[in-house]
Amino acid sequence: MKAFTYERVKTPAEAAASAQNKPGAKFIAGGTNLLDLMKLEIETPPHLIDVNSLALDKIEPTPDGGLRIGALVRNTDLAADSRVRKDYAVLSRALLAGASGQLRNQATTAGNLLQRTRCPYFYDTNQPCNKRLPGSGCAALEGFSRQHAVVGASKACIATHPSDMAVAMRLLDATIETVNPDGRERKIPIADFWRAPGNTPHLETVLTAGELITSVTLPAPLGGTHVYRKVRDRASYAFALVSVAAVVQSDGSGRVALGGVAHQPWRLAEADAQLTNGSQNVYQKLFASAQPTPENEFKLILAKRTLASVLTEARG
Amino acid sequence: MSNPNTGAHNNNAGRQDANPIEYYSFRLTRRSLLKAGAASAAVAIAPRHAFGETEAAATPAPAMAQVTLKINGQSRQLEVDTRTTLLDALRENLHLTGTKKGCDHGQCGACTVIVDGRRINSCLTLAVMQDGAEVTTIEGLGTPENLHPMQAAFIKHDGYQCGYCTPGQICSSVAVLKEIEMGIPSHVTLDLVSAPQATSEEIRERMSGNICRCGAYSNILAAIEDVSGGQKS
Repeated sequence: MKAFTYERVKTPAEAAASAQNKPGAKFIAGGTNLLDLMKLEIETPPHLIDVNSLALDKIEPTPDGGLRIGALVRNTDLAADSRVRKDYAVLSRALLAGASGQLRNQATTAGNLLQRTRCPYFYDTNQPCNKRLPGSGCAALEGFSRQHAVVGASKACIATHPSDMAVAMRLLDATIETVNPDGRERKIPIADFWRAPGNTPHLETVLTAGELITSVTLPAPLGGTHVYRKVRDRASYAFALVSVAAVVQSDGSGRVALGGVAHQPWRLAEADAQLTNGSQNVYQKLFASAQPTPENEFKLILAKRTLASVLTEARG
Repeated sequence: MSNPNTGAHNNNAGRQDANPIEYYSFRLTRRSLLKAGAASAAVAIAPRHAFGETEAAATPAPAMAQVTLKINGQSRQLEVDTRTTLLDALRENLHLTGTKKGCDHGQCGACTVIVDGRRINSCLTLAVMQDGAEVTTIEGLGTPENLHPMQAAFIKHDGYQCGYCTPGQICSSVAVLKEIEMGIPSHVTLDLVSAPQATSEEIRERMSGNICRCGAYSNILAAIEDVSGGQKS
């Protein structure tokens, strides 16, 4: 690990200002992903800003009947919150499907959204990777690509976003609230949060330098039946090959979002609109632009079947 | 120590913020220059090591920090390099070698300790981040003369073979039963709104972050069920 200086900040504004004054600095909260990457020198921040002392660890109701989740709320606490379990069950289920108990006790809401891909070529510093070292190429394209994206990817990068929580957040139309070094706050709809890889896969989100996530808000509960189904190589403690989050109403309408298939949780309005027309139509809209590799084309069949199974379950 | 804001780290940060298209063309230019054998031009640009991170960076000197930890009920002060994980602080600085380093990447659970009442992977947190925290390690759960019930149950049920993962397994087990008692649901909890029970299925799922290379899982499960009162699913 490269040496770094460390400070603990007390307010979001202090955190953002410090980030502005220290180029290359990183915020650290849970640290479960960042420290892993620092040990491998994939991340080499010269300065760490510990945000754990910020008062951003509460889950509170919003005036419009939703929930505001502090950026520092740990995955365990979010999954176990009685309001989340009752009204946003798909979010509890997604969180509980991810990582291990130890990791969920440390990992935070904002950190989960910002976690980096688990592409093995991103992790292997002997390999080219446009995400790790822009312009070096993509070893996954012709490599071992079983885990990789089948849709939304580019010729520069076929990495997936590894989060389960984010898939449920996307399904629920969460909003990401931030503060900038100049004190300006902004609200980013989660649909606009991740950038398509294109030629710049190293730029993963729309966050700017020093911008700090302060909370994630959920709109008022949707009702309906909530399902999160994760298909993976072992029954626990593994990343998704394909996951499906769904909220389905009694009339058969609803919404779906998929994990493990793209650089971001994969949800399309035109696919949601097909929910009353059967899972095959939903699948076709979601994957109309799919470009799998020979090694991961099985994910399309897996996604189609998982969608069908989840929608059958959700319709009771 | 040298200023961490100078050198290639700073360049690196600037590069991320720079217009990506411009950066791309910079890379292409460099590549074509190298192809043409213009060695002097290549030297002007920070030399790179294969596909790895920038090598020419002046590595910043280690930064030291004071940390106070309450370990197994005892307040301990130490000075650590900021890079020191809680795991390394326990083992190397405090010589509490009961906590084991397995993968050092949060994948195996051998380093599991209980911090402020919660089990975490001590390899994935920095000692400086835990300043003021209460840490319980295997040494704090019990002693050879006065075993914690979970330690006694692991012995009774032969819940180990080589023993390397055992401290992590035991710390995790103690926390798992507490998590169930607190009503924290898991991936296999069927009904999210009612309290989970300590069934074998629940225990298996919740222990999935602790790997046992010897495969003592069935005996580990028997030990935990023994302590929990043994509700079987």
